[in-house]
Amino acid sequence: MNSSYFEHDADIGIIGQGITIEQSFEDAARAVFAIITHLEAVEPNIAVTIEFEESDPELALVVWLNLILGKSRELGMVFSRFHVQRHGDQWHATAFGEKWHDGMERGVEVKGATLTMLAVKQIGPIWESRCVVDV
Amino acid sequence: MNIQQLHQLHTYLWTLPRAADEKRAEVLLYGSMPLLQSMDDKVLEQIANVAALPGLVGAAMTMPDAHWGYGFPIGGVAAFDAEQGGVISAGGVGFDISCGIRCLRSNLNLDDAAPHLNQLADRLFKTIPAGVGEEGNINLNPQQLDQVLEGGAQWAVKQGYGDIADLEYVEENGRVSGAVPENVSELAKKRQHGEMGTLGSGNHYLEVQVVDHIYDSTAAQAFGLQKGQLVISIHCGSRGLGHQIGTDYLVTLARTASRLGIHLPDRELACAPVKSPEGQQYIGAMKAAINCALANRQILAHLTRTTFTEVYPHATLETLFDVSHNTCKEEMHEVDGKPRLLHVHRKGATRAFAPGHPKLPAQYRAVGQPVIIGGSMGTGSYILAGNSGNQAFASSSHGAGRAMSRNQALKRWHGRALIDELRQQGILIRTRSMRGAAEEAPGAYKDVDEVAVVTEQAGLARRVAFLRPKVCIKG
Repeated sequence: MNSSYFEHDADIGIIGQGITIEQSFEDAARAVFAIITHLEAVEPNIAVTIEFEESDPELALVVWLNLILGKSRELGMVFSRFHVQRHGDQWHATAFGEKWHDGMERGVEVKGATLTMLAVKQIGPIWESRCVVDV
Repeated sequence: MNIQQLHQLHTYLWTLPRAADEKRAEVLLYGSMPLLQSMDDKVLEQIANVAALPGLVGAAMTMPDAHWGYGFPIGGVAAFDAEQGGVISAGGVGFDISCGIRCLRSNLNLDDAAPHLNQLADRLFKTIPAGVGEEGNINLNPQQLDQVLEGGAQWAVKQGYGDIADLEYVEENGRVSGAVPENVSELAKKRQHGEMGTLGSGNHYLEVQVVDHIYDSTAAQAFGLQKGQLVISIHCGSRGLGHQIGTDYLVTLARTASRLGIHLPDRELACAPVKSPEGQQYIGAMKAAINCALANRQILAHLTRTTFTEVYPHATLETLFDVSHNTCKEEMHEVDGKPRLLHVHRKGATRAFAPGHPKLPAQYRAVGQPVIIGGSMGTGSYILAGNSGNQAFASSSHGAGRAMSRNQALKRWHGRALIDELRQQGILIRTRSMRGAAEEAPGAYKDVDEVAVVTEQAGLARRVAFLRPKVCIKG
């Protein structure tokens, strides 16, 4: 699946879509990591779990993206598949990927998600999550 | 930007007139008509929002290289008085806290160094960790990281990275006081894992440049610059730690602003009164990130020196200056004839102290602070000097500024072809990311010459030297 983006002068706007808010978060994460590397080449053989609490869905998107970017940095990994579940204010997620190795395509580092152009909303049957990421 | 809505005060200074019911301070935009026309309308919207924040002193300003940022425009300058309810804004500092440039001058000239530039480029690329997925060789335990956050470049020198003589030419002598590592979240500290001594990605670079032209021979002599000399510019910041601090405190400060009834037209303007507990917490964390960035550039300067002497055994690299362009600093400024202690936010703007400023190194005091305008990897950079009469709280431009988005650049250029084209022009690029090279294509940036000329004509700083790139290490 191709990731979606929107324009920003200095950085990159990412868009995640899905039929649930959770799926839109998963898609947004794919859009982020597609900036970092070629996702199809990443073997999803290591699972990393992430949990957090956030009642505001928009802030939850930023927290989610920054937590997986933090894990990526901390563990020296890159992720290509994501599974997100929500129970009220509690968010449970698993990111799947592998350690960086020489054969991987080096894209551009994403330093973090920002609150700029931040929106999580339902458009007809589709949930859309978007924000600008700082590269 | 639609400049019809602006009023021109003089050739390079414009203002945005206020509507009768508009409660905000003055907005001033430094720039030529072409530069302003090339800016997104968002720049104007963002700086007008800044002008409405509490405790602003004078005007909210943009530099000639301004572009659309996060809350504040990049190239934005705003000063606040804590005694008058002035605020500290995480958006006004930016995510890459204390991003800046370390400039080193060498004792080498291009003619002598040219035969070995390819070897130098390869060695630098091997030594300097750059780009996504690359880690440094410095692994710190939590206590050591806290020492970095308190000690800055001074910590790095104590560990053997560089020389104590460097510190005189680093802002605040390499360490800001008042850093509070306890105010930095565990996540932010974890994100710094493996990142000390790394360059990063995006618009960060290490560039070997040649002094191509001297504009001000007196200042050039004071800065130790002459035509044909090699200099090195290292552009990077506080890496993942700084970004996470920005993210953490955006949320904290946005909630504080809401509680205190401070209207935020844009959440990225998140701020709190300087004197509030939350404001003080952010300042402590921000200063920790400044020290992290200063330490990072000190380590990179040391790695650069080591590499140079491997290729050129008699090379010496001295620090010309190290200046940050994403900060908030407490500074004394004269306002209406009276000295006032202000919190000066410079988001994508460089401090530019005038000649005679007591904080300048003795060697530069007669000519003013070195100001570095970093250009793109294909065009060049400028060294300027701070000017007397600067009316922008001693601030100046910091770079060329993007003229088109990264997505637009990707559609127009291919990394490999661009690198080959630059090699034909005598510029050696080393990068692991073809995508990154395309996004950073010189054509994606504004005309750095125009930015530097306008910066000078507007009285912000005066040109001293033009630096032409020879080797560029990109993330």
